[in-house]
Amino acid sequence: MRAEIYHRTIVSLLVLLLGLPVAATLAYSFATRWGATVLPDGFTLSWYVQLWQDQRFLAAFFRSLVVGFGTLAIGTVVVVPAAFVVFYRFPALDKVMGILSLVPFAVPPVVSSVGLLHLYSDGPLPLVGTPWILVGCDLAIVLPFLYRAQANALGAINLRDLMDAAHILGAGTARAFLMVVFPLLRKGLMASLFLSFSLLLGEFVFANILVGTRYETLQVYLYNVRQVSGHFTSAAVMSYFFFTLVLTWLAARLGR
Amino acid sequence: MKSGLLLIPVLAVLSIFCLAPLLEVAVDSLQTEDGIGLGNYLEILTSPFYRQAFANSLSVSLWSSCLGLVIALFGAASLRRLPGRLRDAVVAATNMASNLTGVPLAFAFIILAGTNGALTLLLRQSGLFGNFDLYSRAGLILIYSYFQVPLALLLLYPAFDALDDDWQAAAALLGARVWHYWLKIGLPVLAPAILGTFILLFANAMGAYASAYALTTGNVNLVTVRIASLVAGNIVLDPDLAAALAVLLVALMVLVTTLSQRLLKKSYHAR
Repeated sequence: MRAEIYHRTIVSLLVLLLGLPVAATLAYSFATRWGATVLPDGFTLSWYVQLWQDQRFLAAFFRSLVVGFGTLAIGTVVVVPAAFVVFYRFPALDKVMGILSLVPFAVPPVVSSVGLLHLYSDGPLPLVGTPWILVGCDLAIVLPFLYRAQANALGAINLRDLMDAAHILGAGTARAFLMVVFPLLRKGLMASLFLSFSLLLGEFVFANILVGTRYETLQVYLYNVRQVSGHFTSAAVMSYFFFTLVLTWLAARLGR
Repeated sequence: MKSGLLLIPVLAVLSIFCLAPLLEVAVDSLQTEDGIGLGNYLEILTSPFYRQAFANSLSVSLWSSCLGLVIALFGAASLRRLPGRLRDAVVAATNMASNLTGVPLAFAFIILAGTNGALTLLLRQSGLFGNFDLYSRAGLILIYSYFQVPLALLLLYPAFDALDDDWQAAAALLGARVWHYWLKIGLPVLAPAILGTFILLFANAMGAYASAYALTTGNVNLVTVRIASLVAGNIVLDPDLAAALAVLLVALMVLVTTLSQRLLKKSYHAR
């Protein structure tokens, strides 16, 4: 009994600790005024109304969605066939891909932006300051993630037998992949796409250093309006937070 | 062999946006005003300012990794003892918290514990932590620890499956107290997982930039903050010096990882 009370206390403290900043921001986003008191004076929706009527916020949100969708569309087209080819034709390459996949994880974005700024500010690929460099960097962020999800899914099905069966029934390799294998991978793919999307919505370093206000995305907007009003910023943070929650919830549901 | 062509796009993206920039950083770090040389590295190693940046980054990373690890260890141990549905709810809540990173995380803490934050006022009224300053190294450790906890929990929780419940009962039967069991059995069994998690947390903190930048606008001297201000700041630009700092940062991360891996192998052999 004593042990159970102890465990419940520890877990409650943990939840309190993790929930406190979120709760404070949520409360602040609904507060009319919250000066030098522990609790706010009153509650209102006006910060959210103001936020969702702010053209700059809507534009930044829209840009983040464009970059996110674009990245994931390209990422899917690039990764799905590649993962299939690795597993079907060159299984030995899976290890190499695994190691290559670690590089974007291991290198902090601040470090690679130093090289990116030098390479793509001018020269044959003048991408800095355009959304394209964001799409590229975001691709590098999500490729390992998408590849791993596809690799896990491909490892879990009986790929060779399925392909052989489809071949015997007269389908070519491409057709067999699209009609038989891909439908089996779709659920895992969707789950990893939703998670990647929430990852990309939170990307700040590349967006701020490489592009900044020239193509202001959500995170850069959040940073730039930090001085406007704490309540307004809180409403923006909570809107963003809620959006990523929905994405991760969808990912968890699909991943089941 | 034609199917191998389908691998080219993946490799191209990784080369253009990850490997080439890394190579460029390594090359740039050797560029000095008077040709190729180690001048940038020398400048960093002899400058008290940059040495302070490394000291700060190390201290914030070590403290936040340790704090996050300890909190996650206690959390995971207790989480395992909760009934299934409650446990799932808590895991979902931690996953939710792991979405709060970077700029939004800094805001949330400013609202909670900034100069006029509710928690600051509460603590000030009660006379505790009267002079806690969020916009300082201590504040950074607090914020970093916050994003370390969910990550540590996620990585450590599965490792607890290695602990057989009977062991604790057996230890108790032999007269061991709870802390005795953890010290002699629980923690040694978990050691590889703890060390592995620590490496990831440490690397994560060393490379973190967004929340520190958003919280202190660069007033706390960290390596990542220095790198960014040397390539995108508005005072002095010196991309080659930034590249040398970046190489040293990555080298430090690799060093800590290798040392920990050594330690890990040793602990395996010891058993």
